[in-house]
Amino acid sequence: MSRTLLHIGSFVLPVIVWCIVSYVPFVWHPQVEVTLAGGVDYLQPGMRVDSDEFASQVAQMREQGATPPQGVPANPIYLPAPHEVAVALYTAFTKPPEGRDGQWLHQSLWHSVQIIFWGFFLSSLVGVPLGVLAGAQPVVARLVEPFIEFFRYLPAPAFGALAVAVLGIYDGPKIAIIVIGTLFQQVLVVANTTRKLDTTLVEASRTLGARGLRLLVRVVVPGILPDLYRDQRILLGWAWTYLIVAELIGTSSGITWYITQQARYQHFDNVYAAIVIIGALGFGSDYLLARLGRRLFPWDRQTVGR
Amino acid sequence: MSNRQPANLYLQQSEAVRARFERIRQREVILEVRGLGKRYASAQGEVEALRGIDLTVHRREFVCVIGPSGCGKSTLIRILAGLDSHSSGEVLLDGKPVRGPGRDRGMVFQGYSLFPWLTVKRNVMFGLEMSGYARGTAESEALQWLDLVGLGRFAEAYPHQLSGGMRQRVAIARALVNQPRILLMDEPFGALDAQTRAKMQGHLLEIWRNIDVTILFITHDLDEAVYLADRVLVLKAHPGEVQEVIEVPVPRPRSPEQFTGPEFRATRARLEALIHPPAPPVDDDSRVPTMHMIRMTDVSDNVE
Repeated sequence: MSRTLLHIGSFVLPVIVWCIVSYVPFVWHPQVEVTLAGGVDYLQPGMRVDSDEFASQVAQMREQGATPPQGVPANPIYLPAPHEVAVALYTAFTKPPEGRDGQWLHQSLWHSVQIIFWGFFLSSLVGVPLGVLAGAQPVVARLVEPFIEFFRYLPAPAFGALAVAVLGIYDGPKIAIIVIGTLFQQVLVVANTTRKLDTTLVEASRTLGARGLRLLVRVVVPGILPDLYRDQRILLGWAWTYLIVAELIGTSSGITWYITQQARYQHFDNVYAAIVIIGALGFGSDYLLARLGRRLFPWDRQTVGR
Repeated sequence: MSNRQPANLYLQQSEAVRARFERIRQREVILEVRGLGKRYASAQGEVEALRGIDLTVHRREFVCVIGPSGCGKSTLIRILAGLDSHSSGEVLLDGKPVRGPGRDRGMVFQGYSLFPWLTVKRNVMFGLEMSGYARGTAESEALQWLDLVGLGRFAEAYPHQLSGGMRQRVAIARALVNQPRILLMDEPFGALDAQTRAKMQGHLLEIWRNIDVTILFITHDLDEAVYLADRVLVLKAHPGEVQEVIEVPVPRPRSPEQFTGPEFRATRARLEALIHPPAPPVDDDSRVPTMHMIRMTDVSDNVE
């Protein structure tokens, strides 16, 4: 009960802070949104100016006997209020996109999800078997790990130009960046997980006649499966962080393109809406995967008794 | 130990016991260990874990290995199982040298070694599946062995749903299903509470009586060794060497009532004397109370 409350609280608290900053006029509000320009030439209704500037203009107009400008305290344009973001979140799905090649938010998102999926899938296709082998066979580990240790320090975005040169400007280089960013960590993490398998299990299976590939498939892999699943969840989060970089390479696309476009036109409410959706998508998918993990591995020591 | 029994009372065997040992010696040799030695390099230089171990185990004999911590008893059983290598001497099973682990030697570990992702039944089937048995045959055979250890009802349970004693019973069934020539047991009941352990000992004797299996059993519990074994191999530490091989004069069938019998007490006293020699070692734990200690509580705050 109290756990659920704390869970909810961890989301509600930041929102409350955001509400206070947005709706209580004296908390921050360093600017004034002009409602009436008065005698000042360069002011227009809807414009935001710094409070100091606004005050000096008011004083100046009073001195000259002209109409002083009027306005309400406001936050900078880059901090929209919660309700504005909520409205943006709604209109993002209801209002058709502007521009000729404008894209719906969900179209951008779907494109991003596809990039993540393929990047992570291809990385796992190589990384998981290689990691398991390296963890189970010291010979493989000694052959593979030094190079990977070196390579994982090379920043994945640095390969952007190369990836475009090799794979073209569309989705190829984006997927490649996610693979480069994930794969090398993945091999090391999976190898480490494999090494942590209880040696008693391996020894017990050897006294029962298991060896070679059968030992690997029948004992090592099922033995590490719950931990491997947890690793994959963490690595999937890792892949998400490379998404933003990947989507700026070649032709911008996906959710990153959407965000940069909206920021360019100062539609920060849309930017926040997109960020919230990315967060919800990541958090939600991880939550679902965690629930699924508990169903898949009922024997797992870290979930037993929970 | 305060009674004035002659020190070698444990050597006196009744007629029935002597005849039984005679019969055991007539049986074929299952396991033969000759001049076994184990050295390995550690951070403190080369360590000699075992030196010149000789041991002959006959068919359906129950041999216990006992010794102080660090005497290499676990190393010995791991070498026999083929999980560790040895540096000198040889290990022969049915006259053939042992190389690596094999189905002819079953092993029960101290820690929980059941596969947590398999049901109890699938755990027991594991050895058979590795031998290439068909699923159906393996299943019916596994169920038989589970019935033998009294866990037929738990065939579909997962190991984490069982108690410690039950898990070790499954581990025994899993090792026996391959019908090994010898069952190696490395302190299998060490992690159990006293009551469960006593039950398991009785259970193991019952299994041993009914199945053609030879048992080599490692323990640090003197009572357990005397209660279970035909012979007790006593090791000493640094390096691990055979100190004495004791033929337990307690008649069979064994029962817990014999714990107070004269043979049992004499044998136990002998083991006690071998493993905990009367002269206290220099760095004995008993010196701790006389140590000068810094007072960490208030001066007036006395507990006694």
